[in-house]
Amino acid sequence: MRTPAELDDVDALVLPGGESTTMSRLLQVFGLEAPLRERLAGGMPTLSTCAGLILMSREVLDGRPDQIALGILDVSVRRNGYGRQVESFEADIPVVPLGVAPFRAVFIRAPLIEQAGADAEVIASFGSNPVAVAQGPHIGLCFHPEMTDDSRLHQLFLDRAAAALEVSAA
Amino acid sequence: MASDKTGSNGHEPHTGGVRVKRGLAEMLKGGVIMDVVTPEQAKIAEDAGAVAVMALERVPSDIRRDGGVARMSDVSLINEIIAAVTIPVMAKARIGHFVEAQVLQSLGVDYIDESEVLTPADEEHHIDKWQFDVPFVCGARDLGEALRRIGEGAAMIRTKGEAGTGNVVEAVRHMRAVQGGIRRIASMRPEELMAEAKHLGAPFDLVQEIHSTGKLPVVNFSAGGIATPADAALMMQLGCDGNFVGSGIFKSTNPEAYAKAIVAATTYYDRPDVIADVSAGLGKAMPGLDVASMPAGELLATRGW
Repeated sequence: MRTPAELDDVDALVLPGGESTTMSRLLQVFGLEAPLRERLAGGMPTLSTCAGLILMSREVLDGRPDQIALGILDVSVRRNGYGRQVESFEADIPVVPLGVAPFRAVFIRAPLIEQAGADAEVIASFGSNPVAVAQGPHIGLCFHPEMTDDSRLHQLFLDRAAAALEVSAA
Repeated sequence: MASDKTGSNGHEPHTGGVRVKRGLAEMLKGGVIMDVVTPEQAKIAEDAGAVAVMALERVPSDIRRDGGVARMSDVSLINEIIAAVTIPVMAKARIGHFVEAQVLQSLGVDYIDESEVLTPADEEHHIDKWQFDVPFVCGARDLGEALRRIGEGAAMIRTKGEAGTGNVVEAVRHMRAVQGGIRRIASMRPEELMAEAKHLGAPFDLVQEIHSTGKLPVVNFSAGGIATPADAALMMQLGCDGNFVGSGIFKSTNPEAYAKAIVAATTYYDRPDVIADVSAGLGKAMPGLDVASMPAGELLATRGW
């Protein structure tokens, strides 16, 4: 999704990993920030991972002063909070809505959720910090569910998005 | 030691595995990685939307002009660049110089480029990259070279092009060679794969993997001669995953504008209207060199095998 016209065509949006400063700049320069904010205000469901989570958050620590925080997810995140690339890691993590079998979570220069507010439901934690939150039609993850063959979090997103879109259509 | 360290399945966090190494390169896809020689240049690159910076002592066109031995950058300079930006910082080590790589890993760089732009330390052997937690990117001129580097543990490939020339012709040649090699393997019958592995000088298991997936197992950027927004978009349309730009930015007359325009052209590579728009009023690109008339001894791409 790189243009306002492409944004018009989608019902729900994945905000993927990458560099949040780069995404932030391209959103601003190519006129996507306002239409994106408008669609989010209209309840468009999202799955945001890593850099996407940073964009969706309420507050960004250690970011660039001009970087966008869309303020949809009630979380405060610290950019690269888990350290540099040599500290990137993977671990098996229980995710509440997925039941007993843990999820192999891949963290790559991942953001750290310092604090999740009352509106964000924490659905997974690693150590003492949340790593996955759900809030209305939105799911936000510090890690990369697309790096493994386990599609359960994508399915959870699709189920929740379908339910949210059905309600808003009714 | 097993080469793939992702095999563990415990609850303990596991660092340095193939997934996190290749994964960081996945996150850089569609972006531009810029050569920088000072913290100030690194800031300009970050401001322009670079997805990462490559810290080095001199940009390739200066290395080419100055001659002598080009080595890993000064350690203080790398530290200053790491401190100056929030995006990933890469740095170059000489081909085969595993101690330079050990030093770069200990500094906390996010990716090491085992690079032909520096003077090789070993003309026979590349670094055994499986021994490191930090991921490596390596240059390649064709599919066989790319697969040899992946076999040694590279987590990302860039086609070599001819660095410091401002001439995209070698980058195009190498990208076509890699893509063509992949299409050739994908169209083969299974019994033909061993002969192809022998012909390429490539690990058999990687040839089999390409036969079944139709693509490289790692991200492949282009590099070596990209000097304009149109060059960057050309490489993307030829099928690369992103661009390294070296001398092309900081040897142009207006680095800020070139950096922003090349980022935009890499993102909107299939939109000539956008490329035209960002190319307007840029000032002069870096001076270019005719690769065909260069003596063989001056070519960087032939370093490493």
